[in-house]
Amino acid sequence: MSFLIDSSIMITSQILFFGFGWLFFMRQLFKDYEVRQYVVQVIFSVTFAFSCTMFELIIFEILKVLNSSSRYFHWKMNLCVILLILVFMVPFYIGYFIVSNIRLLHRQRLLFSCLLWLTFMYFFWKLGDPFPILSPKHGILSIEQLISRVGVIGVTLMALLSGFGAVNCPYTYMSYFLRNVTDADILALERRLLQTMDMIISKKKRMAMTRRTMFQKGEVHNKPSGFWGMIKSVTTSAPGSENLTLIQQEVDALEELSRQLFLETADLYATKERIEYSKTFKGKYFNFLGYFFSIYCVWKIFMVKFWSQHISFILVGIIIVTSIRGLLITLTKFFYAISSSKSSNVIVLLLAQIMGMYFVSSVLLIRMSMPLEYRTIITEVLGELQFNFYHRWFDVIFLVSALSSILFLYLAHKQAPEKHMAP
Amino acid sequence: MESRLLPFCHFPFNTDLITGVGKSSLVHLLCQNQVLGNPSWTVGCSVDVRVHDYKEGTPEEKTYYIELWDVGGSVGSASSVKSTRAVFYNSVNGIILVHDLTNKKSSQNLYRWSLEALNRDLVPTGVLVTNGDYDREQFADNQIPLLVIGTKLDQIHEAKRHEVLTRTAFLAEDFNAEEINLDCTNPRYLAAGSSNAVKLSRFFDKVIEKRYFLREGNQIPGFSDRKRFGGGTLKSLHYD
Repeated sequence: MSFLIDSSIMITSQILFFGFGWLFFMRQLFKDYEVRQYVVQVIFSVTFAFSCTMFELIIFEILKVLNSSSRYFHWKMNLCVILLILVFMVPFYIGYFIVSNIRLLHRQRLLFSCLLWLTFMYFFWKLGDPFPILSPKHGILSIEQLISRVGVIGVTLMALLSGFGAVNCPYTYMSYFLRNVTDADILALERRLLQTMDMIISKKKRMAMTRRTMFQKGEVHNKPSGFWGMIKSVTTSAPGSENLTLIQQEVDALEELSRQLFLETADLYATKERIEYSKTFKGKYFNFLGYFFSIYCVWKIFMVKFWSQHISFILVGIIIVTSIRGLLITLTKFFYAISSSKSSNVIVLLLAQIMGMYFVSSVLLIRMSMPLEYRTIITEVLGELQFNFYHRWFDVIFLVSALSSILFLYLAHKQAPEKHMAP
Repeated sequence: MESRLLPFCHFPFNTDLITGVGKSSLVHLLCQNQVLGNPSWTVGCSVDVRVHDYKEGTPEEKTYYIELWDVGGSVGSASSVKSTRAVFYNSVNGIILVHDLTNKKSSQNLYRWSLEALNRDLVPTGVLVTNGDYDREQFADNQIPLLVIGTKLDQIHEAKRHEVLTRTAFLAEDFNAEEINLDCTNPRYLAAGSSNAVKLSRFFDKVIEKRYFLREGNQIPGFSDRKRFGGGTLKSLHYD
C-alpha cells in the first residue's frame, strides 16, 4: 500500500520535471528555431526528468521521506532507465540525425546510424580499460560496467567545468579585475572600425568597376579551368584580372582587421556593462559573493578532504541546485554560439547526453559530500564501484583544469589592455 | 557565468552541413552575379558593392554604386554585441530583410530586427530592448524603403510551397514591402528580365530616388549609396 503511494509521488514528480524540461527546451534552447522533430524534444525532456529524479531521491534519502524499500526500488529503476537512455537511445539518435544531414547517405540512414552507434559502443567499452574501476567478476552488460564508464566521462566533464568555474567566477565578479573603460575609448575604436569599413568599400568599388568594364569589353574574369585554361593564363594574363587579385588580397587583410575591431568593440561594451552592473545593488551583492566564493574555491583547491564529512544537507541541496542551474545556463550559451538550423537537432542531443552523464556522475561524487549515514543507499544501489578512484580522478582533473584556466586567463588579461592602448 | 572570452568562432563549413539564413550568399549573388563557393559565418559586418544602373534603358540612365552591408549575428545576441552593431545602422537608406523560408522563427524575428535598425535614432544609449511586440504604426510613417527576401526556396517541398508563399506574402504586406523568394545557390532566380530582377531593380531605384532626388539636390554621377545588410535576418541600405 505504502509502495503505491510512494510510487505515485515519484511519478508525479517525474511528470513535473518532464514538463519543466519541455518548457526549458521550447522557451530557451529552441526559441529561434522551429521544432520539426518532436522526438528530440521528448528525449531531452526525458533525460532531464530522470536526472532530476536522481537528485530528488538523494534528498528523500536524507530527509527520510518515503519507505526505504520503495526508495531502493525507485533508485534501481531510475538508474536502469537513465543508463538505457544514455548508452543506447541518445547516441543512436545522434548518429541518426548526423547521417540525415549528409545528403549522400540519406537513403540508408538506419544502416549508417547503426554503424555509428556500434563505433560509439566500441570506444565507450575501450574507455574502461586504462582505469582501475572495476573488479573483473561482473558480467558484461551489468549496471556496474555501464555506470563505471559513464562515471568516468561525467566526472572528467564535471572536474573540467568546476575547475574553470572556480577560477573564472571570482575573476568575473570581482571588481578588482575590471579594467577601466571610458566612452572615449569605445568611440575611438568605433571610429577606427568605420574607417576600416570605408577603406574596404572604396577598394571594392574599384573592383566592381573593373569587373564591369572587363565584362563589357568581353574579357571575362574566369578562374582558369582545365588544362588549356591554365596554359592560357600563364602566357596571357589581362592586366585587369591581375589588378583584381591584388586588390582582393588587400581587401581580405582589411576584412580580417575589421572583424578584430568588431570583436574588441563588443568586448569593451561588455566590460562597460559589467562595470555599470557592479555599481548597482545586485552587482555589489554578487561582488561580495564573488570574494566569498573565491576564498572557498581557493580553499577547496588546497584542502579537499578535510571538512567533507561535515557538510550538512543544506549545502548538498545548494550544490545540487546551483550545479543544475549552472549547467543549463552554460549549455544554453554554448548552444546559441554554435548551432544553426541544420545542426540544432544534433547539438541538442549532444547536450542531453552531456547533461545526463554530468548528473549521473554528480550522484557518484556527491556521495563524498554526504555525511556517512546517508552514503549507504548510494553504495548499495551503484554496486561495487571504486568510489575512491572517482574522487581522486576528480581532484586531479580539477587541479589541472583550475591551473590551466589561471594560466589562460592571465595571458588573456595581460594581452587585452595592450591591444587597446596601441593607436 | 559571463566569460570575458567572446564566443565567436570563425569556421568555414560546407553548405551541406551547417548554414545560417544565407545573407552572405545573397550579397555575393547580388554584387558579383556568382554563387558563393564557401560560405562561412559572418563576424561583425562585411561589405560588398554593387554597380547599379538607375533607370536602366531610359535616357536618364545613370550608374550608381550601392554598398551592401551584411551585419552578422542573431537578434538574441548579447547587448554588448547589439551596441556594437548599432554603429552600422547610421543613416540607413534602405533595408533588406532576409529570412529563411524553411524556418518559421526566422521570419518572426524580422519584426525585432527592423525595430532594432529603425529605432536606432530614438534610443540615445544605442542599446535597444524590445519585447518583440509588433506595432504597425511604427512602420506606417517609415520613409525607408524595405524589401523582404526569403532564401532556400529550393528546400521547400512542392506540396508545402503554396502555404509558405502565402505566409510570406502576409509578412511582406506587414512591412509594406515587396518580396522576393529565391535560392542563393542558383543565379537563375535573378536572371535579367525575370520578375525578381525587375522587383530588385525597382527597389534599388526607389532607394536612390529617396536619397538623391527627393531632396532636390545635386545629382553626382557615380556617387555611392550605402546599403546595410543587418544581422541574421536583416539587411539594410545605408548612406552616410
